[in-house]
Amino acid sequence: MNALLQLKNVWVEYGDKVVLEKVNLQVAEGAFLSIIGPSGAGKSSLLRLILGQEAPTRGKILLDGEPLTPQCGPDRGVVFQRYSVFPHMTVLGNVTFGLECPAAPFAARLFGAARRKAEAQATEMLEAVGLADSLHLYPAQMSGGMQQRLAIAQALIKRPRILLLDEPFGALDPGIRADMHGLITRLWRDYALTVVMVTHDIKEAFTLGTRVLALDKRRHDPHAPHRYGATAVYDLPLRGPPVPAPEPEAAPQPATAAS
Amino acid sequence: MRWINWHLSRRDRLIAGGAPILLLLVFYLITAVQRHAANPSDKIFPLPSGMAKAITDLLTTPDPLSGNLVFWADTFASLQRLGLGLGIATLFALILGLLIGALPPVRAALSPLVTGIAVIPPIALLPILFIALGLGETSKVVLIAIGVAPVMVRDIAAHVGSLPREQIIKAETLGANSWQIIARVALPQAMPRLLQAIRLALGPAWVFLISAEAVASDIGLGYRIFLVRRYLSMDVIIPYVAWIALLAILMDVTLAAISKRAFPWAHGDGR
Repeated sequence: MNALLQLKNVWVEYGDKVVLEKVNLQVAEGAFLSIIGPSGAGKSSLLRLILGQEAPTRGKILLDGEPLTPQCGPDRGVVFQRYSVFPHMTVLGNVTFGLECPAAPFAARLFGAARRKAEAQATEMLEAVGLADSLHLYPAQMSGGMQQRLAIAQALIKRPRILLLDEPFGALDPGIRADMHGLITRLWRDYALTVVMVTHDIKEAFTLGTRVLALDKRRHDPHAPHRYGATAVYDLPLRGPPVPAPEPEAAPQPATAAS
Repeated sequence: MRWINWHLSRRDRLIAGGAPILLLLVFYLITAVQRHAANPSDKIFPLPSGMAKAITDLLTTPDPLSGNLVFWADTFASLQRLGLGLGIATLFALILGLLIGALPPVRAALSPLVTGIAVIPPIALLPILFIALGLGETSKVVLIAIGVAPVMVRDIAAHVGSLPREQIIKAETLGANSWQIIARVALPQAMPRLLQAIRLALGPAWVFLISAEAVASDIGLGYRIFLVRRYLSMDVIIPYVAWIALLAILMDVTLAAISKRAFPWAHGDGR
């Protein structure tokens, strides 16, 4: 097992409040890791650590054996529950932006042939998530499920080493959520992704994940509840990276079904 | 039906909105007619005929000294000062607002200064400006710019600063650097707010313009009003005030229309 991501004795503390303590974790390439746990157990903190949005108070995080810089970068893609897409860009613009950033450090946008090439690539990505008919819509014109499809396409165009999902389907209704489960499973298989997903839906965690990590506090001091942090209390390997049978994905809803 | 749920149709809104204005006009006319019946040379409530005559004079008879048509010369001078002042303020608001809102070090360095300038009553600076910059155009333009810029800067900075953190993180994971995030994420989303800030700044900008013109000027809408005040020329003052109101409304409507057209995504429906 070649560990893509390693957390070694990681602690997160805010003042004297301990959020995470002694987290040791190895994530293999191609894994789909679901992280569950009660509210306030540090699920999102752990995700922010991996994302590089925060640095651990103690301990080390290694990506591909290299220490992680505490800054977000293009090697880690992310989809949040909300606000993941740019409201002022069209669907195509949202995805093309990821290609424009490295190519145009000063102009911040591409022109002419380079632009057409980037847009073609973005369109291909959008076809893969089922948004081929909605290229010129703004996010506000689309349903929540379509916005999350867009957010996923936007992240995947960068071919990230790890895709981080922070309760990505939490705000969606059950039918759409099932579609999205099919989509993310298919993308995970087709693009050989490594996924870390935080969710509070236990069924979702077990359906999608190849491994489920439960975070909770091991100890609890009733007089100082903040003094003990959460750590991985269960680590359940469900299946190896060999991929499960693809679920049939329902057709994406038409573009007119804006919410 | 509860008043809170009572939405009027377009026609009813026009009637409801027009009624108070019409009422006020009728009240004015009745008073004016009554006063003129008692004293035909009353100056306080001029009749529409009197106002029309006074304005026609200003519109058609060139000023014997300068040869200008006074009404248009006043309007042009005032609009030029207002436009320059607002333009400078807008430029400052955009650049400083973006930098302060997006970049923590710039915020730490400049935010106290901007806040400090914002709490100074601009009119209190007028003597300083007159002394430092003279009585010409510069001091008037600078007064407008200083008067409205700090509020606009703070508004844009607050708006940019309150963009969802997720968007900034997302942009970083897409490989964007600080400049690209400012140019492609913060700037476009600040633009509708900037137009909104200009609309809100129009009111104070007119206040500062008229103040500066009242204190020291030889041309301009505010200058003219304060000049003819000496002769109780309400027949000039009232049309001038109405003209200022009309100009202000036109600017406001234009800015609102520009925002709706240029930034459809910011106005609910994206089309």
